[in-house]
This record gives sequence, structure tokens and C-alpha cells, in this order.
Amino acid sequence: MLSDLLRWGTKRAPETTAVPKPPAVKGIEAIISSKGLPKFLSALSNQPSPASLIDFGPVIGTNVAYLGERLGCKLFIEDLTNELSRHLKSGTMDALPDAVELRLRHGDASVDGILCWDFFDFLKKPAAQRVAQHLVNMLRPGGAIMGYFAISDVERSNFMKYEIVDDQSMRHRQHTGSGARHAHPNREIIRMFEGLTVAESFLLKNNSREILLRKK
Amino acid sequence: MWKRDDAAKPAVPAAPGAAPTHTATTSPAVDAAATRPTAGDARGLERNAVNIGKSVVVKGELNGSEDLTIEGQVEGKIELRQNVLTIGPNGRVKAQIFAKAVIILGEVTGNVTATEKVDIRDNGSVDGDIASPRVAIAEGAHFRGSIDMQKAGAKPGEKPETKPAGASTSPAPQSPAGAPAGAAR
Repeated sequence: MLSDLLRWGTKRAPETTAVPKPPAVKGIEAIISSKGLPKFLSALSNQPSPASLIDFGPVIGTNVAYLGERLGCKLFIEDLTNELSRHLKSGTMDALPDAVELRLRHGDASVDGILCWDFFDFLKKPAAQRVAQHLVNMLRPGGAIMGYFAISDVERSNFMKYEIVDDQSMRHRQHTGSGARHAHPNREIIRMFEGLTVAESFLLKNNSREILLRKK
Repeated sequence: MWKRDDAAKPAVPAAPGAAPTHTATTSPAVDAAATRPTAGDARGLERNAVNIGKSVVVKGELNGSEDLTIEGQVEGKIELRQNVLTIGPNGRVKAQIFAKAVIILGEVTGNVTATEKVDIRDNGSVDGDIASPRVAIAEGAHFRGSIDMQKAGAKPGEKPETKPAGASTSPAPQSPAGAPAGAAR
């Protein structure tokens, strides 16, 4: 009996093997790996130096440091989320495409890269088409647009800001303001950005697609 | 031999218009209070540092060879090519700025050129273009315009690494035509 107990005492339950926890996905502050970003950066670095890049904003210091110091880009930061928020509040969303065109007054084929983030999710189809065509005109051959597109409609969704962590990952952070998020089907995105080709498209775990569009 | 109390010595005499290196060319509307030391300005009273106070409005051109802190309003042009310009939390500047380094806690409308660094602190705001080798923008700062930075470290044609990301959080590829890739949400 005692020997049984001693034997039992030495028999330890197999240690619960430490199950590797998935990397921090804390909802609004999730770090999500990006396959589009390295390709976008690669497209930029192939452009004649210094590349010019439009960031739809809001401004994030680390992104500025990363893109500016590391790639030597000329950055144009337009806080279009602010513009969007203003039009949503005043109920003048129909005027938003005009306002965007006014703010993005770059010549045709003068911009190498555009980070539009999830801006198009908050636009309805006609407005999205107008803004998209404006971006296509501004983009230089070889240039690229990177953005996030929701896969389903959300009645009320917070604005997000996207912080570059490194070459291959982004931190998706909550930003002030919210609006209705519209899902544009892939075929609609292709039509919106007529003149560009979808170079990469990745479905992310946070219910959105990361899409890289290139101009030939 | 004996201690000289530099900290207690005002950088600029209290008399109006006595700051010799700063010139308000188009409007001499510099309030005497701008350069008069106050109890709270102890830090700003170091040698080679001048403070433009809250109630001061300067319209014109500011040139100098001393560090300058602006808490009031300045419109026009500011040139401190060898020195640091600080726009305090109450500072409102509508001007073209040229300085060695610019620290912004207030509002700036206009282009900023710095040979060393531009630092936009929390609640700082810039509407204009920045040209500087280093730009720091704090969380909560506002910026709208372009940023032109000289490349530091990386070569102009250098490509970023395009290694695949870690498996656990890596997104699953999806066909552009719209077929779902079946990635876990």
C-alpha cells in the first residue's frame, strides 16, 4: 500500500504542455501581419527616388518615421478621416468626393504610392467610384495603392488607424469617430479602380481584405 | 572665483525693443512684456533663450541667433538657422519657419524647414509642409501637409525585405476574383 502510494507520489501527471498562445490579438489594438505592406514598400522603392506617397491619415508619428527616414519618401499626409467625420456629422456625405478631390490636388501620374487604409469602407458606391478614379489618375505607372476593405456591412463601426510595426505587420488601432461601413465586393473594387490591377488580396482575421493595387 | 548666478540673469533686458537679435521688421508690435522675465519663466531665462509672451503679437520677420520660445502670436517669417525655436502651448504662428530645430506644442500654419529636427508634441498642430531630416510626431498631434525627409541609413534603391510573416497571424491569401480563401476569423 505504502509502496503504491510512493509509486503514485513519484508519478507525476504529465505536465500540461505549454500551448503557444497566438500573438496578441486584442481586438482594437491587434497586431496583424501584413503581406501587402512589404509588396507595397517594394513597389515604392522601385520608383525613381524620392518616391512620393499619400497617406490618408490620421498622422501617426511612427509611420512618418518609418516611411520618411527609412524609405526617404516624400509624404503627403491628409487627415481624410477628419474630413469624413465632418461630412458624416453634417450629413453632407454627397459633397465628400468633391472635398477629397480638392484636398488631393496632385497632378496626373505624379504619385507613387497611396495608403488609403479603410477609407473606402465608409463611402457608398458612387462616392467610392469617384474617389477611386481620382486616385487612379494621380498614380504614376508602377505605383501602388494599399487599402483595407471590409467583407461585410457594419451598421456602426469605429474609425481605425493603422500603425506600421515593421515590414510585415501593422497595428490596427481604434480612432475617434465612427460610421457605417460598407462592404464593396471584389468585382466592385476592380471596377472602382479601373486602370489598376489587383496585385495582391489577402483575407485578414479581422474580417477585412488587404488589397494591393498596381498601375502598369 | 565666485559663483555667477546665470539663471537669475534675464536673457533680454526688460526695456521695450531691446532684443537686439530679433527684429520685427514690418510691425514693431512687440510688447515689452514679451521680453520681461516673469516668475514662471525661470527656465526660459537662461542665456541665449528668448521668450515671446502670451500677449505679444509680432507681424513681420524674426531673425536671430538665440533660441526662441513663442507663446504669443507671430505672423510672417521666422529665421533662426542656428538655433532652436519652440512654439509653446499658447503659441500661434502663421509664418514660414527656418531653424535648426523646431519644437511645436502650439499651432503653426506655414511651412517649416529645419536642418536638424522638427518635433510636433502632443496637442501640437501643423498645417503646412515640413522639410527636415528628422520629424517626430507625437500621439495626439495634428498634422496636415507634406513631409520631406532626407534618407537616413537606407540606400535610395534599397528594397524592404519581403519575407512571409509569422504563421499564426498571417492572413490567408484570397483570390482577387472574390472567392473566399477560408481563413479563420
